[in-house]
Amino acid sequence: MNEHISSAYNRDLEAIQTLVMKMGGMVEDAIMSAAKSLETRDIELAEKVRTADKQIDALELQINEEAARIIALRAPVSKDLRAILTVLRIAASMERIGDYAKNMAKRTGTLVDMPQIAGSDAALRRMAREVQSMLKDLLDSYLRLDVVLAKDVRQRDQEVDQMYNALFREFLTFMMEDPRNITTCMHLHFMAKNVERMGDLVTNMAEQVIYLVTGEMPEEARPKGDKTAYMVGLS
Amino acid sequence: MKDTPMTNAKISAKGVDVHYADTHAIKDVNVEIADKTVTAFIGPSGCGKSTFLRCINRMNDTIDSCRVTGDIRIDGEDIYDAKVDPVQLRAKVGMVFQKPNPFPKSIYDNVAYGPKIHGLARNKAELDEIVEKSLRKAALWNEAKDRLLSPGTGLSGGQQQRLCIARAIATAPEVLLMDEPCSALDPIATAQVEELIDELQKSFCVVIVTHSMQQAARVSQKTAFFHLGSLVEYDDTDKIFTNPEDPRTESYISGRIG
Amino acid sequence: MTHKSLLTADARIKKRNAAEARFKAYGLGAIIIAMLALSLLLTSVVSTGSSAFKQTYATVSVPLTEAKLDKSGTRDLAVMKKVTTIGYTSLLRDGMVAAVEELGLDTTLSAKDIGGMLSKEAAATVRNRVLANPDIVGTSVMFKLLTNGRIDGYFKGRVTMESAALDGNTSPEELQLAQELADAGVIATTFNWAFLTAPDASDQRPEAAGLGVAILGSLYMMIIVLVLALPIGVAASIYLEEFAPKNRWTDVIEVNISNLAAVPSIVYGILGLAIFINFMEFNQSSPMVGGLVLTLMTLPTIIISTRASLKSVPPSIRDAALGVGASKMQSVFHHVLPLAAPGILTGTIIGLAQALGETAPLLLIGMVAFVREYPAAYTADAGLFGEASTALPVQVFNWTQRADPGFVERASGAIITLLIFLLIMNAIAIFLRRKFERRW
Repeated sequence: MNEHISSAYNRDLEAIQTLVMKMGGMVEDAIMSAAKSLETRDIELAEKVRTADKQIDALELQINEEAARIIALRAPVSKDLRAILTVLRIAASMERIGDYAKNMAKRTGTLVDMPQIAGSDAALRRMAREVQSMLKDLLDSYLRLDVVLAKDVRQRDQEVDQMYNALFREFLTFMMEDPRNITTCMHLHFMAKNVERMGDLVTNMAEQVIYLVTGEMPEEARPKGDKTAYMVGLS
Repeated sequence: MKDTPMTNAKISAKGVDVHYADTHAIKDVNVEIADKTVTAFIGPSGCGKSTFLRCINRMNDTIDSCRVTGDIRIDGEDIYDAKVDPVQLRAKVGMVFQKPNPFPKSIYDNVAYGPKIHGLARNKAELDEIVEKSLRKAALWNEAKDRLLSPGTGLSGGQQQRLCIARAIATAPEVLLMDEPCSALDPIATAQVEELIDELQKSFCVVIVTHSMQQAARVSQKTAFFHLGSLVEYDDTDKIFTNPEDPRTESYISGRIG
Repeated sequence: MTHKSLLTADARIKKRNAAEARFKAYGLGAIIIAMLALSLLLTSVVSTGSSAFKQTYATVSVPLTEAKLDKSGTRDLAVMKKVTTIGYTSLLRDGMVAAVEELGLDTTLSAKDIGGMLSKEAAATVRNRVLANPDIVGTSVMFKLLTNGRIDGYFKGRVTMESAALDGNTSPEELQLAQELADAGVIATTFNWAFLTAPDASDQRPEAAGLGVAILGSLYMMIIVLVLALPIGVAASIYLEEFAPKNRWTDVIEVNISNLAAVPSIVYGILGLAIFINFMEFNQSSPMVGGLVLTLMTLPTIIISTRASLKSVPPSIRDAALGVGASKMQSVFHHVLPLAAPGILTGTIIGLAQALGETAPLLLIGMVAFVREYPAAYTADAGLFGEASTALPVQVFNWTQRADPGFVERASGAIITLLIFLLIMNAIAIFLRRKFERRW
């Protein structure tokens, strides 16, 4: 992309990009830390996730202000306009992901004193890692304006959905086996749901990147893997 | 660029070339301009947008060294046909210029001049009516009705430009050409003129040349981007300003070195 | 670079300011010299010329003896015309002597000398009156008659007792008597309308010479110049400026017009002589030929100033007119020309003023001739403006060549008259410019 005639405009756009990348890094951390704190029952790490979310929120605010300033002062058009719009949406999505991670951390605090469900922590962590890697690729695609990678990220949400489906069944089974597992399973299920939502948000962000580059939202429907909405029981 | 011709094209240009002495100012421009819309011509200085605009009412005829070839039709009639009198054409295709240029006469005489020379009014009452109607359409009636006989040059810049618009629409044109009508005006006057252009769009085919891309974005439905004498891109204004196809357009509208 | 205090000027600034102050002083000096030269010129012209507007007259009763003026006694004009001015001179002398005796003035002068105190023109004045009205013959009539140039000069301070003693044409005694007559109210100095209305007079009678014919001739020529040069010049300029294609031919024409404006005026005189007098056979010395020559001379000036004022009309006005569908001609006549009018008028008047003051070409076409008859605007014989005439600047030239010192005064008076006409024309030009100038 060519440079703007106004170098201050270039600097503004670069600065906001840097903020987005910084926020992305913090959100990646939050996802992984939340999953790890659950697996290791690490209350301190969970606490860190909750405090980090405050910083993520602050970053989002900063990005919003910066974007508003650029819109007001530079009246961006075409690619620049799409870049600012994308920044706003990506920041909002990442803020939401941060909130989900914080929610997971809160539940970790509750789960510490409860019996463990065999294999579920590790499964959750695998799911979280998948989302985190999606986010990482997404941020790469955003930075490099790589549509191919963004489309790939968008497809990978299906895997997350399938993992969630599997966990859903698993929790259902545990709860059926022993009603004392219900509380734990409910919490774990919410955490799984959080991770699944994170995946959806990353997908949205991938669509934003595609819009940023091509100027059009992807037309074909996104593959959906979350079938729990239609489940009536184990079948 | 869309190749499908518009069905309701008011102006259609095919293969238009303009030469000044030894410079090739316009290169093979093809464009179809719809009626009852505002079409904006944008592009860097010297890109030929004003030259092309002045082809539409043959104002280029006044320049000796200027040669126009190709085909420009208004309502299907070739305006460069030998049978066409440019004077008649200019009554049908009004023009507003960059600098407000009212005649150094009264406001009334400014507006009445066109109808007078074209014999559009049979008596004073009809002329009065035309003047009032034109001033109303140009959103100047309320400010000017008490001082119709005071000189037009005594108005403020924005009022002068609206007076020029009133003068242009007094001859009941069908096409209104505007050559950077706001470049000499302050932002408030600009906003008033833009508001007026929006209003005029209901009754005229408006073509506006502007240096301000924001203005093109604000007032037009269609935008044409000229570069080095060629028409680079012509599309809906929304499309041009959110997702232009040509990288030259992109660079120009977003203020990049390109 | 670090800046020093703004309160102290450094060497460079001082040098620069000094240069500026010097330049201003030069300019001021130049203007003062110009003003001095102008005021010197004006004072010298006014001091020698203003007296031309005053004239000394003697009011005496002249016995119009029938025996001398009408020998037939039948008031037959044919007979009366046989009496020349010489016949009247003795009557005038008698009148003067009677006036002196009546007042009981003591003088050693002879009757001839006392009669000689009147101008030679006086006899002609009386004769004309008598021929116009023969019935007054046989009575004594009061006449206001010109005194001779020396007496006139004495009352204007030009002639003194000392200079009179050396002068063959007068004597201190005459001046003494004139002074006594003036004290008695017989001789008085009044405003000289005749200077503006009377025709030229011969070398011996400066006191009778007037500008009447010259003013009339100049007026006729200005009418011709205005009627011919303005429309032709304006039409040519409009064509060149607005309609003519810009090519080599128009460039050549343009350069030639500029050159014509710089051609010495005497060349136009030769041209006029060759074309209008030798070829077209117009009357020599006629205002028609003078007017045509001055028209040729003024045309380039008018064309250049008209083109300049057409050029100064902003092109946006032409665009505006064309934009609403005016034709080229409508745009020129409805909009451009009215805006250029003050400039065109100013240029025309300045061109006229230049023509009014022009001498050289008129000398060549014979307008320097001695003309006593008022030229008529039209006669069947000579045609329109065809009668011989002179012009104001030529009259000045003419008078400065005459021997009698009385003509020096007349010439300066004529210059003042010419300057006043020029001032009036320039004032009109300024007035028109102010009145019609439009701002846009």
